[in-house]
Amino acid sequence: MAGVDSVTPAPAARPNPFARNWFVTVIWLLLAGYLVYSINALGLSWERISTGMGYAGNLLDKMFPPNFSRWELLLGGLVESLEIAVIASFVGIVVSLFLGLFAARNLMSGWISSPVRALIALCRTFHPVIIAILFVKSVGFGALAGILTLVVASIGFIAKLFAEAIEEISLKQVEAIRATGASFVSVVLFAVMPQVFSRFLGFSTYQLDSNLRNSTMVGIVGAGGLGGTLFSAFQRFDYDFVAAILIVIIALIMFGEFISNLVRRIFK
Amino acid sequence: MSSAQAFLEIKGLKKEYVSGNPILKGIDITITEPGIIAIIGPSGTGKSTLLRCINRLIEPTAGQIMFDQADLCDARGGELRKLRRHVGMVFQEYNLVERLSVIENVLTGRLGYMSAWRAWRRNFSQQDINTAFELLDAVGLSAHATQRADSLSGGQRQRVGIARAVMQDPRILLADEPTSSLDPKTAVEIMELLERFAQEKNIPALVNIHDVTLARRFAKRMIGMAGGKVVYDGSPEGISDAHLKLIYGGESWLA
Repeated sequence: MAGVDSVTPAPAARPNPFARNWFVTVIWLLLAGYLVYSINALGLSWERISTGMGYAGNLLDKMFPPNFSRWELLLGGLVESLEIAVIASFVGIVVSLFLGLFAARNLMSGWISSPVRALIALCRTFHPVIIAILFVKSVGFGALAGILTLVVASIGFIAKLFAEAIEEISLKQVEAIRATGASFVSVVLFAVMPQVFSRFLGFSTYQLDSNLRNSTMVGIVGAGGLGGTLFSAFQRFDYDFVAAILIVIIALIMFGEFISNLVRRIFK
Repeated sequence: MSSAQAFLEIKGLKKEYVSGNPILKGIDITITEPGIIAIIGPSGTGKSTLLRCINRLIEPTAGQIMFDQADLCDARGGELRKLRRHVGMVFQEYNLVERLSVIENVLTGRLGYMSAWRAWRRNFSQQDINTAFELLDAVGLSAHATQRADSLSGGQRQRVGIARAVMQDPRILLADEPTSSLDPKTAVEIMELLERFAQEKNIPALVNIHDVTLARRFAKRMIGMAGGKVVYDGSPEGISDAHLKLIYGGESWLA
């Protein structure tokens, strides 16, 4: 047997299928290098982090127990936030219905859909904080600026989703309703809406949810709602009141989640 | 409608999807009699295009379609919709609005008679609602009135499709391969239904159909199309193997 083995010629070396790809390796190394550089550039060190954590502990100490003694102020802010969210969602959804329809390329010619799509994209460009600052500067402090901010944010988000949902419908159903002699509006009502309604409802409850969240934020830049109360509590170092506000915000968001789940279950 | 008056008169109808490459090369058809008129011909010869030109779901390139003393090819906007509502169409894949109920689908046949404002409020007249239920009864689906359309079988859906077309109070019915997605028994039932409504309403039903035997059985007149032209127009008895060879090409399938 040994003799036979020695006669067999050594097999030619086959390439290892898991061979190192040097190009990818270099990219990983570059990424790691940039990370290290950034940490140094920002002066992050263990020392800085541990002192920071010490302050955080201090803050937590001052936050407990939460102080609900100024509940009237808290409730006022909460109600205003809720109103901002509901009004902005309603207006945003109604406007988005039309914009979404006009932006759908399968129902509208390019002359209409392209500019509407551009408008929607513009609404999406800026973060709500930036839009809120712009509106506070242009219409003044208060709830109106917050409402306008969230309307713009809603349009940027759901008008695009509405348009995409409409672009995915079956045109056979549309053709059949057109063939009955129905006008364009009737075709939309009876052939387009039934196909997209449940998805629209899903997008809308999601947007209401998201507007509730954002309505507590716009106040920080002076656009009304609970955010304003939160910001002034921070500035006056009333950390126990801050904790109370944060708890209320958590309750508000959970309530919003509950409502949207309920709506989705009803219209399943 | 007097017998001298044609239900439909198509003159020199042409359609080019791509310029210089016509799919319909000058169609002339005059329909003066009620009942089923079968259009046969191979796939891609423009049968569907012809039907969709008649109710202008597709824009004809040239020609005239005289219907109800007006030229359908010239009609625009509101005028076109008024003519269109008298043309009932039945589709190969039924094209029901799937998320609406069966009875709602039948009622959509009345949308051509309603303002958008009434349509928005779902404000159908009591008479329309009664007619819709009678039609549903006539096609044997009363028990399914409130079910969603997508819960029905193919044959049931096509019955709803026919009820919707008849709901339009049509002066002509167009049916684009109404039986191609159905089994042979259901296909016969659907043809019987079309024949019945054409008789009751005393209107013609233009039916695109692949099945020559089925066409011969129901049609009073047959139109054979090949290469975008009418190559046979006459009685079902008069159509010979030679005609079929001309229409479909080849002969092995005739055996």
